[in-house]
Amino acid sequence: MSTRLATGGRLLNKDKAVRFTFNGQQMRGFEGDTLASALLANDQMLVGRSFKYHRPRGIVAAGPEEPNALVNLGVEGKFEPNQRATTTELFEGLLATSQNHWPSLEFDVGAINAKLSRFMPAGFYYKMFIHPRPLWKHVYEPFIRQAAGLGQAPKGRDQDTYEHFHAFCDVLVVGGGIAGLIAARSAAKTGARVLLIEQTAHWGGRAPVDGGDVDGKPVDNVVDELVSELEAMPNVTMRTRLMGAGVYDHGYVLGYERLNDHAPETDGPRHRLWRIRAGHVVTATGAIERPLSFAGNDIPGVMLASAVRDYVVNYGVSSGDRTVIVTNNDDAYRTASALKFAGLDVPAILDARVLPVDSPLIAEAKAAGIRVLMGHGVSKVLGGKRVTGVAVCSQAGEGAVLEEIACDAVAMSGGWSPVVHLWSHCGGKLLWDNDFAMFRPDVDKAPTGAEGSAFVSPVGSANGHFGLAELVGDAHAMGHAAARATGHKPGKVSAPDASSVEEAAMAPVWLMPQGAGAALRGKAWLDYQNDVKVSDVQLAAQEGFESVEHAKRYTTLGMATDQGKLSNINGLAILSDALNQPIPQTGTTTFRPPYTPISMGAIAGEARGTVFQPIRRTPMHEWHDKNGADWEPVGHWRRPYAYVRNGETVHDAVMRETRNVRENLGLLDASTLGKLVVKGPDAGKFLDMLYTNMMSTLKPGKCRYGLMCGENGFLIDDGVVARIDDDTFLCHTTTGGAERIHGHMEEWLQTEWWDMQVYVANVTEQYAQVAVVGPNARKALEALGGMDVSAEALGFMEWADGTLGGFDVRAYRISFSGELSYEIAVHASKGQAFWDALMAVGADLGVMPYGTEALHILRAEKGFIMIGDETDGTVIPQDLGLHWALSKKKEDYLGKRAQERPHMIDPERWKLVGLETLDGSDLPDGAYAVAEGTNDNGQRNMQGRVTSSYHSPNLNKGIAMGLVLHGPDRMGEVIDFPGTDGTTYRARIVSPVFYDPDGEKQNV
Amino acid sequence: MLILTCPNCGQTGEETEFHAGGEAHLKRFGPGSSDGDFEEYLFMRENPKGVHFERWRHVYGCGKWFHAARCTTTLEVFGTYSAQVTEPPKEICDKISKKRPDWSWRAFS
Amino acid sequence: MSNAVSALNGVTWAQGIATVTEVPLQGMITLRGQLTDAKVKKAAMSATSLEMPGHGQANCVDDRGICWMSPDELLVLCPYDAVSTNLKQMQGVLGDVHSLCVNVSDARAVFDLSGDNAREVLAKLVPVDLAPDQFTVGMFRRTRMAQVPAAFWLHDNDSFRIICFRSQAQYVFDLLTVASQRGSAVDVF
Repeated sequence: MSTRLATGGRLLNKDKAVRFTFNGQQMRGFEGDTLASALLANDQMLVGRSFKYHRPRGIVAAGPEEPNALVNLGVEGKFEPNQRATTTELFEGLLATSQNHWPSLEFDVGAINAKLSRFMPAGFYYKMFIHPRPLWKHVYEPFIRQAAGLGQAPKGRDQDTYEHFHAFCDVLVVGGGIAGLIAARSAAKTGARVLLIEQTAHWGGRAPVDGGDVDGKPVDNVVDELVSELEAMPNVTMRTRLMGAGVYDHGYVLGYERLNDHAPETDGPRHRLWRIRAGHVVTATGAIERPLSFAGNDIPGVMLASAVRDYVVNYGVSSGDRTVIVTNNDDAYRTASALKFAGLDVPAILDARVLPVDSPLIAEAKAAGIRVLMGHGVSKVLGGKRVTGVAVCSQAGEGAVLEEIACDAVAMSGGWSPVVHLWSHCGGKLLWDNDFAMFRPDVDKAPTGAEGSAFVSPVGSANGHFGLAELVGDAHAMGHAAARATGHKPGKVSAPDASSVEEAAMAPVWLMPQGAGAALRGKAWLDYQNDVKVSDVQLAAQEGFESVEHAKRYTTLGMATDQGKLSNINGLAILSDALNQPIPQTGTTTFRPPYTPISMGAIAGEARGTVFQPIRRTPMHEWHDKNGADWEPVGHWRRPYAYVRNGETVHDAVMRETRNVRENLGLLDASTLGKLVVKGPDAGKFLDMLYTNMMSTLKPGKCRYGLMCGENGFLIDDGVVARIDDDTFLCHTTTGGAERIHGHMEEWLQTEWWDMQVYVANVTEQYAQVAVVGPNARKALEALGGMDVSAEALGFMEWADGTLGGFDVRAYRISFSGELSYEIAVHASKGQAFWDALMAVGADLGVMPYGTEALHILRAEKGFIMIGDETDGTVIPQDLGLHWALSKKKEDYLGKRAQERPHMIDPERWKLVGLETLDGSDLPDGAYAVAEGTNDNGQRNMQGRVTSSYHSPNLNKGIAMGLVLHGPDRMGEVIDFPGTDGTTYRARIVSPVFYDPDGEKQNV
Repeated sequence: MLILTCPNCGQTGEETEFHAGGEAHLKRFGPGSSDGDFEEYLFMRENPKGVHFERWRHVYGCGKWFHAARCTTTLEVFGTYSAQVTEPPKEICDKISKKRPDWSWRAFS
Repeated sequence: MSNAVSALNGVTWAQGIATVTEVPLQGMITLRGQLTDAKVKKAAMSATSLEMPGHGQANCVDDRGICWMSPDELLVLCPYDAVSTNLKQMQGVLGDVHSLCVNVSDARAVFDLSGDNAREVLAKLVPVDLAPDQFTVGMFRRTRMAQVPAAFWLHDNDSFRIICFRSQAQYVFDLLTVASQRGSAVDVF
């Protein structure tokens, strides 16, 4: 039985009871409990089922290393699976359910897997589900999917909010235990800006539980004093519930702050991701105790010795009335003392070591009347869903049972491993320490930063210093060193004084007993969460998975949500033993961030809902929205695809708008087109290099359509260039192309032709631009009144400044539809007013706004190309029959040399043509035309593809453009386009200009 | 995530303020150049393990391009300098030589 | 004609830990030219009656100001209605000097972010050290704000002026209000 003790519990507020529910059962804990301590207090030993064999599992640890106690928390929009009970602070009304069982935790059908475990060794899934192949899709995969995963995926939308915070400091100290506190103080006293973060809600770490004196005072008092001292320093920021999740290049550290997981009704974000940039990082991340590998070490009630101690001291919870301790080191004796002090029984300490003399801790245990069996270990643990006893054996033997000791908990300790995760994330190297059988940071091989110098220092037990005296001295010195690394000078401050209890050397014990036979090894668990046993790792080695990374993936050791915090070293040792090589030669697997799982919400931060992405709006956005706009994303811009009226489908609206432009008058919001002012004595020369056309010969007042290619020859943009005066041009780019083309111009100006006198400014958003298009376009502008827009005053491809309806405007007489067309630019702040004025005067002229799809149809009817439809980054102007836009007079322009490469002048390149189906139906966009024969992969040969396809309401048939092999030479030929629907579309190759080929409509 | 100092505006910012622009000090070959020279210019790039020279743009900041000398293995930044030069300045090369005596990159060392 | 409206028509939001207000119709002129050139400096100073700011600085008083954008670019702030007059005047001062002067008043939106928590609200969104001793009055910073470009300076000790593109005004406003949500004080500055 685990239960709440009448005394103890330094972290509890026993005046405040907290009610919570586990698997539907009402339970009670206290403020200050974790869910794990509260469950133990309610004798809830069994908390989950293991992943593969569905074995009953209980709480093992008291911190973030917990592999078993993973629960579903909350409901609906607050639901979250796989939450560690040991790091979940209890709050009123907490709802938790256990995972990975059916129908119930107590009776789980899946537990049959445990009976079959002999037949499901490492690699079982790989071996079993590969043959016969056809079974994979409909039998194996659905079965495995059903079995996969521990918790349930949330179904509801997350109700909580999250955010980021950018923090800067000289010295970041990760970990608020005694080492972190002392290092932070040493660094802070130099005047350095210090940020100290601690993952739990409490300062001090293990020190108050483990005890000892610093400067002659009990360590828990010292912790309180240090906290007060640091809090009073203006250059120190201290945060609890903030975990150092990952260390990255150049001192970048991610911190994961859990703001109201413990108080879900509070206002504000649930988690905050700290994006910290530190001059130097001190990792005071402590150490984690290792389990021992003996048969039945996963039965609920078998726990880490330090955890048993934590639960007694911190939470006043006993894991059992009678606890057998099994260890290979002195530290576990502290658990015996703590249990005795709490009035609990320790029937025996099984110590695998054989020591010549008793160390002080052993002597103390013996003096307290505890039976200490040196050279002994656990043959196997007795019990099913909870521990009922242990069978004792000699560590040296094969597990012959010497006696059985009844108990209800087992506290095990296999030694300690420094938490080297954060040290290792960014390249810190490790050393194997033979004395403590552990990897610790190799401080001479630290991660290096922007300056090439070390930027991480490990301190305290994270640096392999376990005695209080060594730990305190190390922390003090490293705090100074960290400050010095950021340019701060430590004064002469001496380290705090502490003494360590002398401890006997630990003895590495990787298997208990050392000669355990197959039956015992098959029940000795390494990785609790992923159900990996000693025998699995041995099998992996035997089957040739000798690299630690291969063995890890084959067995899944260390691949669960705890990432092997308890299992890695033990697994490594077993693997090394199987390979008959020393542990350092086997090496470790890679430590990757985050240290423990962090929420996806924290990573996304504010970027959800309305601010998921930066939607760009034109000045007329709201009007469009109110007038039926069906939105189309174009880059981050939103443009109306069509304005849908009541009773219309989107297609109906597109057809109506397209017809109306040709028959009456259409308005298009063209504000999104990029507008770049290019000015300077060399502007003409510069644009001649950027465009394939000649721009320097353009006369002020005139416009010219231009093509832009990259240096690799491929088309990147197009648009109309207007010459404003001798020195100044205004270049239009495609929607969404403004920033890219602006950058392209700046790149060439700054990095290649820096002697050219040219300035570029992006004025895209200074203007709202409206295309006024259709036979009535001129009438509409004349109705507004102001400037002369007659054919004589403002000819095709000319521009002029003036006023219209009282607005200052710049009018461009350009057409992307083949109709009489003007594009009118006004200042953005007057865009809506101008649009309103146009709608008003257009009322009698059949005005309708039209969207991007009508725009596309209109341009396709005229055979105008669209960047992104006819081009895809592999198309050159020559492919599109745009030779007329390639200046022959210019020696050079970007892309010219590339367009001379053999592949570019290959006559086999597909070329632009028009396509129309024989029956007038619409060709599927993107369809490929097939040719005779097959390629080397047995697929039909291709001879072309559709680049744009629309239904033209003006021509009353489907029209399309495409790139076709020898296309322009094959006019009239019919080619086949198999559709994805099984039918084949037959289309005739025609001219891409379907409508008004002589351009009579735009030149009026 | 790197931190870089823009030599144009003097701001030190994190990598997200910048845009990487590939290898530095390319010599442009245009019309009239041989296939070999043009291929070299358009396609062939250094891929060193160690000292490298790159182009960067302070795209969210002052908008200016600059050069950076950087180690591709340790990510140490030896220095940043003007985009308007055709080869690394001497002080940058000297700084690299101090830390990586055996370095070489293209014709430079 | 006085039918000009700013991107968000001067909206204000004050339901969280900071106050967010759009500053409507701020006159803005981009001036490109070598800032070492006396005429370029004079053009900016004459339009604003203010001194030239240093590298990475802004010198702003009320609705006038000069902001250092890059070694060859300034952003000149002036009353919205004075832009065309100032443009002409600046072009007059510049004369033949190679330069570019252009009205960008309508291309941008300006926000005021104020209150005791203004610094930390902004620090949630920009990768910049905004500690009171690190970011001080007079500094001008162009950077990334969540997913868009932005520039800001301290208008006074607890109020920032933030400039972004007009098309992204709604996004930036939403960002600032989300970052100012009730209960989200970081309490570090």
